[in-house]
Amino acid sequence: MVCVAWMTVFTGSDLTCRRGERLVFADLAFEAHPGDALMLRGRNGAGKSSLLRLMAGLSEPLTGSICWKNQNIRHDLPAHRARLQYLGHQDAVKPVLTVRDNLRLWASLRDVDNSDAAIDYALNALGILHLAKTSGRFLSSGQKRRTALARILIGECDLWLLDEPTVGLDRESCADLARIIDDFRARGGIVVYSTHIDLDVGSPRSVDLDEFAMPMFDWLAQDHDFDDGDENDDETGTTAKSRSPAHDFSGIA
Amino acid sequence: MKILMAILARDLRLALRQGADSIMVVAFFIVTTTLFPFGVGPEANILARIASGVIWVSALLAAMLSLERVFQTDFEDGTLELLSLSPVPLELVVLGKVLAHWLTTGLPLIIAAPLMAVMLNMNSAGFGTLMLAMLVGTPALSLIGAIGAALILGARRGGVLVSVLVLPLYIPVLIFGAGAVEAALLGLPAGEHIQIMGAILLLTLALAPFAAARALRLAVE
Repeated sequence: MVCVAWMTVFTGSDLTCRRGERLVFADLAFEAHPGDALMLRGRNGAGKSSLLRLMAGLSEPLTGSICWKNQNIRHDLPAHRARLQYLGHQDAVKPVLTVRDNLRLWASLRDVDNSDAAIDYALNALGILHLAKTSGRFLSSGQKRRTALARILIGECDLWLLDEPTVGLDRESCADLARIIDDFRARGGIVVYSTHIDLDVGSPRSVDLDEFAMPMFDWLAQDHDFDDGDENDDETGTTAKSRSPAHDFSGIA
Repeated sequence: MKILMAILARDLRLALRQGADSIMVVAFFIVTTTLFPFGVGPEANILARIASGVIWVSALLAAMLSLERVFQTDFEDGTLELLSLSPVPLELVVLGKVLAHWLTTGLPLIIAAPLMAVMLNMNSAGFGTLMLAMLVGTPALSLIGAIGAALILGARRGGVLVSVLVLPLYIPVLIFGAGAVEAALLGLPAGEHIQIMGAILLLTLALAPFAAARALRLAVE
């Protein structure tokens, strides 16, 4: 699988995503350089979350590839997971654990030295240091969201994938978040985020997913080659032939 | 190793804070075992004869009762998604969670088993073998159960489904576990039975983390 553009770091090409029997988007491409912010826009169901999940390697695209420094991320998923932080819809905050204990697991999984200092730094950046000893069940939804955001600050990484990071946040926290994102970009990080409100992030590139929506029928009418690399050309030729109904009928007769 | 300890420490802390789970398992074990004298009648000889089988069956059911929750809460609150995106192998995460499950359910069952044996009038010659067999057998139950628990994520009525999936796989452990105690009660060596259970444990230890991790990846996809 060949990825174009040598100078960019994080690229996707020909991406098609299917959820169930619906084609979410087709022929989508993106590219991001170090320090870039990629803002995903689109109506509900346009595939913002699906695209972020593809970028994280959680699910596989129907066609196309996502590359990091010219290497398909699916060829080395553990390395890709080590370089990214993902924030999903859910906050993954355990109600019976304190904020600090909630974050401690993620610090140890990322092998952070001096995890207490890293957690303090993250909590401070989100303005919830005073909540460190509070149990998850006593947090408001905005405070839970900030705890989830603090998680992405723990440990070094190159890529942030944030799915609606502003949900439940007040205006001040949104400003905090924009500042954190810009700090991360200044260190050479790439941020991809989806949002419905305007987050005050400096000059993001925008990807409008509505442009890539396509009905399944139209997509099937196009000529696609599924270059998964698993099947040989001659093999696909024979399977296509043996699957044809005419062939089956002659076999039965 | 450090990762294993981190997962284990967190799950044990969670289990301690919401302690009811592991007490429930032991309570269920005691109640089920107690039902048999009511059903079969209080004749001491009959109870002594069926004691090992009754204790093992009750232990299987009790271990199964808690399986549904091994991954379910993590799946629902998004933790599982993040665990599968963390740079550590998911197999190791599974192993840590299974170990925590065994420590909070298997171990209490082993401690409660001799009490139930006394109640069922089992000859004290079998106590040692019973505990040893459970010590080898219950980790295998947790490991096999983890596969079932991972497969049912996202399914409705998962608790019923997990019993249908997992109970048939528990049969070998039941046969050799009860067999070991029977042998000891008859004064025969129980070593072979325990060794076969050890083999089952090693086999599940080698396979279950991979199978469960694969099922978890499918669940979060």
